[in-house]
Amino acid sequence: MDSLIRAARRLPLSGKLGLGLVVFWIVVAIAGPFVAPYPPGSFVNEEVFAGSSGRFLLGSDFLGRDVLSRLLSGARFTVGLSAIAVAIAASIGTGLALCAAVGPRWLDEILSRSMDTLISIPSKIFALVLVAAFGSSIVLLTLILALTYVPGNFRIARSLAVGLARLDYVEVARARGEGRLYLALVEVLPNMMRPLFADIGLRFVFIVLLLSGLSFLGLGLQPPDADLGSLVRENTSGLAEGALAIIAPAVAIASLTVGVNLLIDAATQGKAE
Amino acid sequence: MSGTAPAARWRGPARLVAQRVVLALFTLLLVSAVIFTISGLLPGDAAQELLGQGATSEQIAALRHEMGLDRPAVVRYLEWLRAIIGGDPGMSLVANKPVAEIISERLPNTLTLAALTTLFSVPFAFLVGITSAVTRGRTTDRALNILTLAMVALPEFLVATIAVLVFSVKLLWLPSITIVPQDPTPGEFLRAYAMPVMVLGVGVIAQLGRMIRAAIIAELDRPYVEMARLKGVSQRRLIFRHVLPNAVGPIVNAMALSLSYLFGGAIIVETIFSYPGLASLMVNAVTSRDMPLLQACAMIFCATYLLLVLIADTVAILANPRLRQG
Repeated sequence: MDSLIRAARRLPLSGKLGLGLVVFWIVVAIAGPFVAPYPPGSFVNEEVFAGSSGRFLLGSDFLGRDVLSRLLSGARFTVGLSAIAVAIAASIGTGLALCAAVGPRWLDEILSRSMDTLISIPSKIFALVLVAAFGSSIVLLTLILALTYVPGNFRIARSLAVGLARLDYVEVARARGEGRLYLALVEVLPNMMRPLFADIGLRFVFIVLLLSGLSFLGLGLQPPDADLGSLVRENTSGLAEGALAIIAPAVAIASLTVGVNLLIDAATQGKAE
Repeated sequence: MSGTAPAARWRGPARLVAQRVVLALFTLLLVSAVIFTISGLLPGDAAQELLGQGATSEQIAALRHEMGLDRPAVVRYLEWLRAIIGGDPGMSLVANKPVAEIISERLPNTLTLAALTTLFSVPFAFLVGITSAVTRGRTTDRALNILTLAMVALPEFLVATIAVLVFSVKLLWLPSITIVPQDPTPGEFLRAYAMPVMVLGVGVIAQLGRMIRAAIIAELDRPYVEMARLKGVSQRRLIFRHVLPNAVGPIVNAMALSLSYLFGGAIIVETIFSYPGLASLMVNAVTSRDMPLLQACAMIFCATYLLLVLIADTVAILANPRLRQG
């Protein structure tokens, strides 16, 4: 914990800003619904697309609901689903990458070929095909988000793992008679964590953008559930009046993704230069 | 090497390019199998879905037979593939028109949008990349780094929303939906495309600019740059005559990647501006579960992506003098 705080102190200003935004959104995702002033679904304001006021900090939406309350509950979906999806994507991608690195040659060959094929389908196109085929219930949507970014994570993790698996200390462990599982989990995996985390952070950003994009198109989270992208979608009619109801959730998504990007950039830069 | 005939000099690269073409075609074949498996085989029974819950099993079996769903998966895939390659992917289930007809109306629009965005973005991306690389580590570079880092993370609909608010709502300069009139004057044309191109450009410029910076910096660290500097070559000449030609490979690769990013962006941008392109068509196909249309759109996007990568690879091979010696 102490070393984490010290590492955070050493970050450049942009990194501190990023870290602040990330922590803020984690807290909002966890605590948001408890501090929301109104239930997210209730009609509390007669006026639609009202501006900011003391009672409604972020105004009201197209049906007169409180934007702040809806944003607080929407953030939980955006952050939560994306975090689960990136965890699944990284587990599958990195798991397969470790298999490819310590397993037999033919396995590496098959895995790499199939991932190369999947990676040559642009990710948003891939996600659209998956949504068309399977629909977008919450569970399937999360799996689709995860599946879309498995190939990318596999590619990075494999190149890290293959590089490490060739090093002498792994060879020594192999000669010692250690099993493949031991090699993968004890010798290789711990030494690739740092660059792997940077990749996971980037994929988290991609997943947040993909989820928000899908919801914005009406293909993501389905009502009555609403993530930040859905909030932008349902309030598009307020665009002409510049309603807070459409700007606030869009800015919220951007502050989350930009925050993660700044943090990763700052955290990896110290290493690179 | 100066003694070899020109034809022999190009034999090496030609073989490499031919290999890449074969590999790209093979990948496209695998991609088509993936797309067909996901969208054609896995989603369950289209006949069941068309007829609904109340249908008897005889009715379903009859429709399955009529639609050819009772044949083995491989046969169905091969037939689908032949139809796609032949340029006739079947009838759209929703519009009741041939898919090919719908797509041929929409494809030119998306190509125009992509071409204009590329024309607009690439010069800015070079400007950002080169400026950043030559001021490496200094304030300009760091500011550009943070700016582009933020730009790549912005959702397209935020950029579009802000653009509409500023240019359509407040300034009343540009229309908030993109309607290109028949036979537009150059002014009308620019007005119609200004917003979607700007919005798409934000992401492309940032992403491409960052990759150009990385490609140039990788070259700047090589010994020949030191040599040229010691020789007294000016900064401008160093970048344009020495570094950029050597960085062509990574840069064209970066361009192919960011253009593929453009497809993803186009999905959102075409929808927001109600622009009748291929990406918004694909979104409609997903909403209405119009599988033949969806499959055709997906294949066009994948084929274009593979083509861009292939072109980038080819340029990189031809630009590399070391490969040119046969």
